[in-house]
This record gives sequence, structure tokens and C-alpha cells, in this order.
Amino acid sequence: MVSLRHLGKTFLPGTTNGRMALRDVSLDLASGDFVTIIGSNGAGKSTLLNAVAGVFPVDEGTIIIDGQDVTALPEHGRAAAIGRVFQDPMQGTAGSMSIEENLAMAARRGERRRLARGVTQEDRESFKEYLALLGLGLESRLSDQVKLLSGGQRQALALLMATIKRPKLLLLDEHAAALDPRTAQDILALTDRIVRRYGLTVMMVTHNLRHALTFGNRTVMMHEGEIVLDVGGPERSGMTVADLLERFHATRGERLSDDRILLEV
Amino acid sequence: MISLGALGGALEQGLVYAVMALGVYLTFRVLNFPDLTVDGSFPLGAAVAAKLICGGVDPVVATVVAPALGFVAGATTGVLNTRLRISGLLSGILTMTALYSVNLRIMGRANIPLLRSATVLTTLRGLGVPAGVAAILLFLVSAILLKLVLDVFLRTEFGMALRATGDNEVMIRSLGVNTDSMKIVGLGLSNALVALSGAMVAQYQGFADIGMGIGMVVAGLASVILGGAIIAPISIGMATFGVVAGSVVYRFAVFFALRMGFAPTDLKIVTAALVVIALSGPTIRARLGAERRRAPGHGKSEASRENFPARNH
Ligand SMILES: Nc1ncnc2c1ncn2[C@@H]1O[C@H](COP(=O)(O)OP(=O)(O)OP(=O)(O)O)[C@@H](O)[C@H]1O
Ligand SMILES: [Mg+2]
Repeated sequence: MVSLRHLGKTFLPGTTNGRMALRDVSLDLASGDFVTIIGSNGAGKSTLLNAVAGVFPVDEGTIIIDGQDVTALPEHGRAAAIGRVFQDPMQGTAGSMSIEENLAMAARRGERRRLARGVTQEDRESFKEYLALLGLGLESRLSDQVKLLSGGQRQALALLMATIKRPKLLLLDEHAAALDPRTAQDILALTDRIVRRYGLTVMMVTHNLRHALTFGNRTVMMHEGEIVLDVGGPERSGMTVADLLERFHATRGERLSDDRILLEV
Repeated sequence: MISLGALGGALEQGLVYAVMALGVYLTFRVLNFPDLTVDGSFPLGAAVAAKLICGGVDPVVATVVAPALGFVAGATTGVLNTRLRISGLLSGILTMTALYSVNLRIMGRANIPLLRSATVLTTLRGLGVPAGVAAILLFLVSAILLKLVLDVFLRTEFGMALRATGDNEVMIRSLGVNTDSMKIVGLGLSNALVALSGAMVAQYQGFADIGMGIGMVVAGLASVILGGAIIAPISIGMATFGVVAGSVVYRFAVFFALRMGFAPTDLKIVTAALVVIALSGPTIRARLGAERRRAPGHGKSEASRENFPARNH
């Protein structure tokens, strides 16, 4: 379904601040794969997701989604295939626009924007049904501005928006990290439900090692722009957080006691 | 005594400039883009219309051609900003500056009188509209019609993408919208409205002048801000209605300022001051509020509010 081959990206090349954020990253996702991605700060996790989404062009490598080589396409040209939820709930929604307008824009992801009515009555009916799945009562607030919602409600809406038109690939970059622990739990449970329901292919970045193992069917660890660990199947099912940490140290042969994320369990 | 005719004149002006203010609303409020092209595209519309009318073109045709060129002017600013990565403010200033030369080229001189020419107003009179109401009728219908068209447009798929570009570029790009194109089109539409207003103003006042765009952005902004203050922009329809109302109120304010003895040349500083006050209001209020909260007796409630559990639902 998704094939990333030898991706390379250097920010600010040729300067003293130059940084190789991705080094020869290759990753293949089968349809329905749910990969969790972990790694220390600056490991290149967000860079990888941004590269796949087309936020910036990669220096090397190819990105293939569902048989189509999208490497040369700009971000808006790939959007038809990709759904995204960002870390900041503000980033995934337009606050000054209503819930129904946000959903309608998302329902036309990757399509030409016409001079047709933006939200139809038909849209409203299906949005109501869809919002009811959240159990947050948003179905009765279709015309409310999104900025009136709480962070958790906004993020739930962002998740619906990313998946209302079923994406070939769903990219989640620490999308529960900015929420309080209980709300984060809710958002993750919702993510799991939606992903299962539609059998979506997912790449999810998380700083929480327990989540990395409990969600999805595969876990990838990045370090300094490289994939240093890729586990799935039975090997992963038996794994504990401690095992994961140990594997990390074994691969790198280093101690990383000062790394906040690797200790966050 | 203030004559009814003079008040009517202020109303006419408010309505004809409301079309320009709707353009300013589209960039400043909807696209969130501080577009200074306006000071050049307003006289551009006037210059094009005046030149065409003097050349014997039907005034209605002349008035329709003007916004097409206004669109090009706005789109130029959009291209400078999005494709060439020049800052929004500077892009507008560059286009505006270039337009000064363009406008002079079009007109061939600094001022074209239209007093004895056919205009859209004489066309209306020819259709049997009494001379006294021709202007007010035309400008009222134009302002209301364009406001309504804008309302509908902003609720289309395209219009929503335009609004989202102004609200959250990252999001709407992730939904497959080319935000660069949106900005180019949005700036084009905005300046088309501005040029249309310029074309009508030239015919209304009886001349096109190279300097008639000076301070236009600020006047438009003042109208938009005033409108937002008088009419709560709870919906798009109310917001655009507010812009039209704001433009009328602004022209009345100008009218009374002149009657109070302000020299016409001093009006720009008065308008600028008005915009400064309106824009700094929230900042100043926040600062005053912060000081009040720091005062004794208020500290406790503040602390307890901070300790309120950060639960999201
Ligand atoms: N736009 C950019 N310009 C310059 N450098 C960048 C840019 N984006 C990322 N980097 C650098 O690339 C490296 C990888 O960053 P990235 O954001 O991918 O890390 P991450 O794994 O997502 O980290 P975190 O866990 O903190 O989110 C970092 O060193 C970062 O400073
Ligand atoms: Mg990151």
C-alpha cells in the first residue's frame, strides 16, 4: 500500500546548522498496517510524516502510495490519498468556521473546489450520524464555530475530518500529546475504533512506549534520522516496554538516560 | 442647518465606497492578508473607466472592464507573495507603486474630467430614473447586490476554501487545497471590487485623478472596523452587512468632521487615528485588565481559577 524507498532529507544543507533529518529511510506498509513510530526528540519522526505528506520535497528516494509515485507531487496534490491529524488541536480545524463547514471541507479532501453550495442538507444528515459516533453531543451543534469547542472536542473533530473521506494513508503525529491524560485516552480509543472500522493504513507517532505497543500491529523506532528498529507479529506481541528500551540500547549501543521520551511509560 | 442634500451626498458616498470596503473586508478579514494594493487599484478602476468613456465606449462597458483590470492588479500582488515569496505587505506596496505609473500611462495625464461625458448615471437618467435618485439607487443596488453575491460565494466550496486559507493554511492544504492559488484569486476578487468602486466614484464625482487612491486602504479598514463595532459579525451575512453599514457611517463621520471645521487634508490623520484606536483597543483593554488583576484583593480568585482542573469535557 505504502512504500517509502531510501528517503533522505537534509535541512539547511551546507550551513553550520545543516541537519540530516532523514537518512536512507525505507519502510513498506501493507494495506491495513498500523505502524507506531517512536524515537527521541529530533529523531526525525515528524520529518518522516511531513515528507510523506509532501510538506517539503525529499532530497532522495521515492514515495509510493497505492501504486502511485507521489514523490514529485506538492502537498495539495497528494491530499486525496492522505488524512492527517496534527499534535495541536488548533492545527487540524478552522476555528472561525462551523463544525459542518469543517466537515464539509474535509469530505471534499483532494477534490476540486467548485462554486457549488459548500454544505448541503444531505451533508448535514450524514455529518449528524457521523458525529454521533463520538458521543460528545456535537451532532446537535453543527453550526457552532469550532473555536467554541474544547481541545479534546476539537481533536476528535480533526480525527473525524481526517477520516470522513477514507484516506489510503492516515498520518498521526502525536495527536494525543497536547491533551490531558484522560482526554488523550479517549482520543486514542476513538482512533483505534475508526481505524478498525475502516481498516485504515496508519503511521502514528507517539512518545508513549506503552501506547506504541498497545496500538497498531507494528512498531518502528527512529534515531538520528534512521529507522533502528522495526518489530511486528509475534515478536512484538510478547514485548514489554522494558524490552523495547533494551532493544533500543542494544541497537544503538548507547545509553540515553537523559531522553525524556524513552522513559515516558 | 445641514441640508438634506448634503446628507444624501454622504449616504451616496458611503454606499459607493462600500463596494471598496467589501474588497478590503475580503483580504483583511477573510484572507487575513494586509493588502495595500488597494491604494493603486482604486485609481486604476477610475482611470480605466474614465479613459474608456472619453474614448467613446459605453459607460456601462467601461464600468465592467475596470474590475477585470483590478483583478489582474490583485492577482499580481498574490503572485509576488506566493510564487516569489515576497512578504504580503511588500507585495502590495510594490504593486501599488507600479500601478501609479500604469495609471498615469492609462490616463495620459494626472486628471481626466468627466463632467460633460456620458456616465452610468446619465445612462440611468436616460432610462427614466429621476436625476436626484440615480446615484443613490445605483450605489445602493450595487452595494447590496455585491454584498449578497459575496455572502453566497463565501459559502460555496470554493469560498469556504478561501476562508479556511485565511483561518488555517496548514489544515486546508492538508485537505488538498492549493493555498497559493486561493490567495491569488482572493486578492484578485478583492481588488476587482475596489476597482469597480473606483470606476463608479470617478463617474459620480466627475473626474478621475491620479491621487484619488491615497489613503484608500485605511479608509476601507476604518469602514470594516466600524462595521464590526456597530453590527456583531455573528454570520457572514451580518459581517458583510456591517461592512456596508460601516462605510456609510464612516462617510457620515467624515461629513460631520468637515462641518466641524476639519480641513479636508487633515481627514487622513483623523482616519488613521480612528483605525489605531480601534486596532489597539483590545491590547490596551487587556493591559488595563492585567493591571487590575494584579491589584490587591483580586489575587485570590485568580489563583483559584488557575487551579481549576484542566478537564476538557
Ligand atoms: N523545517 C525545518 N528546518 C530545519 N530543521 C528542521 C526542520 N524540521 C525539522 N528539523 C530538524 O530535523 C530534525 C528532526 O526533527 P523532527 O521534527 O522530525 O523530530 P521528531 O522526531 O519529530 O522530534 P520530536 O519528538 O521532538 O517531535 C531535528 O534536528 C530538527 O531540528
Ligand atoms: Mg515531532
